[in-house]
Amino acid sequence: MRTIFVPRDAAALALGADAVAQAISREAEARGEAVEIVRNGSRGMIWLEPLVEVLDGETRMGFGPMTPDDVPALFDGGFRSHAKALGPVEEIPFFAAQTRLTFARCGLIDPLSIADCEVNGGLCGLRRALTMSPEEITAEVTESGLRGRGGAGFPTGIKWETVRKAPGDRKYIVCNADEGDSGTFADRMLMEGDPFCLIEGMVIAGLGTGADKGYVYLRSEYPHAIATMREAVGLARRAGLLGPSVLDSGRAFEIEIRVGAGAYVCGEETSLLNSLEGKRGVVRAKPPLPALEGFLGRPTVVNNVISLATVPVILDKGAKGFRQLGHNRSHGTIPIQVAGNVKHGGLFETAFGMSLGDLVEKVARGTATGRPVKAVQVGGPLGAYFRPDQFDTPFCYEAFDGEGGLVGHAGIVVFDDTVDMLEQARFAMEFCAIESCGKCTPCRIGAVRGVETLDKIRAGEPGQVELLEDLCETMRGGSLCALGGFTPYPVLSALTRFPDDFATTTEAAE
Amino acid sequence: MALDVAESETIARVREIATRLKPLEGPLLPILHEVQETFGHVPASALPAIADVLNLTAAEVHGTMSFYPDFRTAPAGRTVVKICRAEACKAMGGDALAAEVQERMGLGWHETSADERATLEPVYCLGLCACAPAAMVGDTLIGRADAAAVLRAAGEDTA
Repeated sequence: MRTIFVPRDAAALALGADAVAQAISREAEARGEAVEIVRNGSRGMIWLEPLVEVLDGETRMGFGPMTPDDVPALFDGGFRSHAKALGPVEEIPFFAAQTRLTFARCGLIDPLSIADCEVNGGLCGLRRALTMSPEEITAEVTESGLRGRGGAGFPTGIKWETVRKAPGDRKYIVCNADEGDSGTFADRMLMEGDPFCLIEGMVIAGLGTGADKGYVYLRSEYPHAIATMREAVGLARRAGLLGPSVLDSGRAFEIEIRVGAGAYVCGEETSLLNSLEGKRGVVRAKPPLPALEGFLGRPTVVNNVISLATVPVILDKGAKGFRQLGHNRSHGTIPIQVAGNVKHGGLFETAFGMSLGDLVEKVARGTATGRPVKAVQVGGPLGAYFRPDQFDTPFCYEAFDGEGGLVGHAGIVVFDDTVDMLEQARFAMEFCAIESCGKCTPCRIGAVRGVETLDKIRAGEPGQVELLEDLCETMRGGSLCALGGFTPYPVLSALTRFPDDFATTTEAAE
Repeated sequence: MALDVAESETIARVREIATRLKPLEGPLLPILHEVQETFGHVPASALPAIADVLNLTAAEVHGTMSFYPDFRTAPAGRTVVKICRAEACKAMGGDALAAEVQERMGLGWHETSADERATLEPVYCLGLCACAPAAMVGDTLIGRADAAAVLRAAGEDTA
């Protein structure tokens, strides 16, 4: 029996993985060869998807990007020689250069096999946590230096400790899986490729804080992640990983998957909580902090998928090793998502500190179109645009903050020299106007005015740039959450770093 | 009369869904999702029924429903075509793709064709940013999409 892996990750499916899997089983049947097809997650090398892997002894040999027409030759060549043979998958430079902690099992295992997960290091962190006191668990997470991977970068352990100490007979763990930033897909890949890792992290968070109920608020734009998580939660329940006595410990934890309904702003933690309660996803003022008064007014941990999914490896291997990785006060690894106009797009998990230039030039290998890079947006639609002369900026919270930007959800989107930065600035305002929850006037109305002002700049009306700068200042200072508060990042960075694109036709004529 | 029967059936069905999901903590979004899955949209008559079961006002239920782009007040076309409009897709020609699909389908955003064959929607990120531009036609995801692939998936490639 030959074992062949064909990913079931949404990106692989979008590039035709199902048709390849069908072609392999048809071909095997026609030739009378016995094959077992495992639908794994993605290794994150999206330019090679569908990336078919064949187990050869202990080694996984890669072939990609595969089409159904490439399949007969795979059999002809004895699953070794093939025009699209890539050699051992883990020796592909993009993969070999990574430090995979959170994504160690993603793409390696059958995502819906708890046994496969356990054989590859799964549940070790949880088993250790079950021998520890809640204080010891939160202390270990604090010591690791793990900071929120959703964008805000708040120390995870300190948040947990606040919830642990908060009075209340019922507490919650809410996983923010409403990853809506363009250029980011780490949450999706993790949930589709290693869902038990997230479940394990949520159970550990429950043990550390005294919560016995968890919710995953998952965006509706990810139907495959929703299906995988629902199935995984059902399997976890049957295996005793969730339920009244987690792994026979006598401690209870239950998880429910909740689906969002297309509102970007629900990725903001307070609006997410309102949405979970069945209300409009309007932002709440803080304080009170969700850690003290969160879901239904009770103490609640709201953590991003990657933050929670990184906890198991910290508990398993210890805080110290994790803390030693990284740069400045940005500890551990970060799954960077390389997207947009790039030759090699995908997920690259590495310790903090790699320069933006290395990411664009060495990891992504430049643009897909072969044209020069003009701009790189880091951190999603609320992140700043960078110019190639800022490529020495190291990828960490402090350095991006210093450059008037943010790490956000660690997505980078590369643009070639055909991009019109005035249009990108206009889009940032337009997106804010569409997605604003309406609570704060500078965001609700300012974003609409921002679009109009950028149109006037385009038309060459004088005095509009000053108005735009003033508007951005008002939005930044007068909005409760990051949507209105950070939309000025892409707008102002486009304006100040790419002034030529804002030179009006009249000015250009003068 | 036939219409009234249909409406009372709708309300009975909605009440069944709302009553079954009511024990959840924060049951309204799950209820609205299931109502929409059942009817293809959230019928106006469903709102007072849901409100009654949850002991809310109809205004509160309407307020929640109307906040979220996913909930429809009228049925969509048989095929829903979603084109990603966000940055990573724009970096790979997403605007040109959107314009071409709009033109060839003869539809603007959120519009449904007169024969109810298709509805065109913008979407802000499908998480396929490393194989942009991306589209979703019905349940089918398309990476590195071009207009031909989108229209083919939508069964619109008559040209």
